[in-house]
Amino acid sequence: MDKLIMYMQYPFVRYALIVGVLIALCSSLLGVTLVLKRFSFIGDGLSHVAFGAMAVAAVLQLTNEMALILPVTVISAVLLLRTGQNAKIKGDAAIAMISVAALAFGYLIMNIFSTSSNLSGDVCSTLFGSTSILTLTPGEVWLCTILSIAIVIIFILFYNKIFAVTFDEDFARAVGTNAGAYNLMIAVIIAVIIVLAMNLVGSLLISALVIFPALSAMRLFNNFRAVTVCSAVLSVIGAFLGIIISILAGTPVGSTIVAVDVAVFLICYITGCVKGGIGR
Amino acid sequence: MAFITATDLSLGYDTQVVAKNISFSVSKGDYLCIVGENGSGKSTLMKTLLHLREPISGQIKTGDGLRKNEIGYLPQQTIVQKDFPASVREIVLSGCQARCGISPFYSREDKALAKENMERMGITDLADRCYRELSGGQQQRVLLARALCATRKVLLLDEPVAGLDPVVTTQMYDLIEGLNKEGITIIMISHDIQAAVKYASHILHIGDRIFFGTKEEYLESEVGRFFIMQQRGGEKNG
Repeated sequence: MDKLIMYMQYPFVRYALIVGVLIALCSSLLGVTLVLKRFSFIGDGLSHVAFGAMAVAAVLQLTNEMALILPVTVISAVLLLRTGQNAKIKGDAAIAMISVAALAFGYLIMNIFSTSSNLSGDVCSTLFGSTSILTLTPGEVWLCTILSIAIVIIFILFYNKIFAVTFDEDFARAVGTNAGAYNLMIAVIIAVIIVLAMNLVGSLLISALVIFPALSAMRLFNNFRAVTVCSAVLSVIGAFLGIIISILAGTPVGSTIVAVDVAVFLICYITGCVKGGIGR
Repeated sequence: MAFITATDLSLGYDTQVVAKNISFSVSKGDYLCIVGENGSGKSTLMKTLLHLREPISGQIKTGDGLRKNEIGYLPQQTIVQKDFPASVREIVLSGCQARCGISPFYSREDKALAKENMERMGITDLADRCYRELSGGQQQRVLLARALCATRKVLLLDEPVAGLDPVVTTQMYDLIEGLNKEGITIIMISHDIQAAVKYASHILHIGDRIFFGTKEEYLESEVGRFFIMQQRGGEKNG
């Protein structure tokens, strides 16, 4: 406990906690929608695209990597969510295709045009989350905070529409709701979250942040609002505990958060079984 | 002026035409059944009526004070809905989404309307239950209550009794007949030709040959007699 209080004195630990908790909150809000729309893997696909874009940005030696990564990821998200409706290549296949292709090309480009002496270290840290969450500048913390608040506000304002479009897109369109626009909005938000979350858990583990809290909450609750709120709470707890444990035990941040999320899921799963067993 | 007038519709995907030369009209208080073989374009016709897709040619006009999005829709169940964690109340309320326009939240009137329609469908006691735990018949009532929140004029029902057992099927038909008597216009896609000729006022038969007219005319027509005979034969063999 003393050790924890000592660590909390350092600003970088506080920054990491703020950013981690905010990203976890945002990703879990949309997680419920994505899981229900059968797009669980979109986080994975998009983060690999972001990895590819990051590789290109590194080779081009751009000073502001975000300027390239964000638009590329947003465009991919829009394309992927559109294919869900009527494409020759179906949703899951399209995601798998883009995801592995971006991963392969990203690594290839990094390898051929390498500027760094420690290539495998670089790759490993982008894939599994680096220590960059512990080296955040105040500017990055502010950017992350503002984006997170914007996402939460948008989500609350459009909560009813998001529910309607997720539950029954055809009905929503038939009564005049612009389902296309809301799908586009979901795609853009998820892309922004993923680019933010790459710092936290790395591009291989992002899906965990999106799907685990949602799936855990679905074991426990039966209505959409409770599932959404519960998923946000579980995600925040998972990220908070994960970061604290990783600091105290010296484990990698990203994988520790995911491990906590998995543990939370198991607890929820068992609770759900026990509750369901008694209920029936 | 009729609620919906369709003239010379051709329907299909991309350039492939699945049904053509469809003309019919629906007036206030009608009960129209759309029948035909599998793959004859019934569902495509329904999507076109809902403006979810454009007809290849021909046109659909709405009149008599009916606006484009004032149609209540009871779709067939999708896979997504089978394990969707949503309460009955949330789903019925989502029928009000067109009424609230750009406002992000449902108003008190919307909630009252949802409550009224749950009472009408006899599902008030299920309001806090989870949709996925309900029986097929109860789920259809929930979706019907949602459709009623979206309209007071026209209901489009896509195979409303698919997968229901005979007792629940009869209850469902009675419920729909009751709504029709209250003045709501019904347009229903059906496989069940016996029920169609029992309840409907008008029949639209699509397929190789198109027929549109009142139920009595259909029973007299060659298309109708042949189709009914064929269906009976199919039931006996099956």
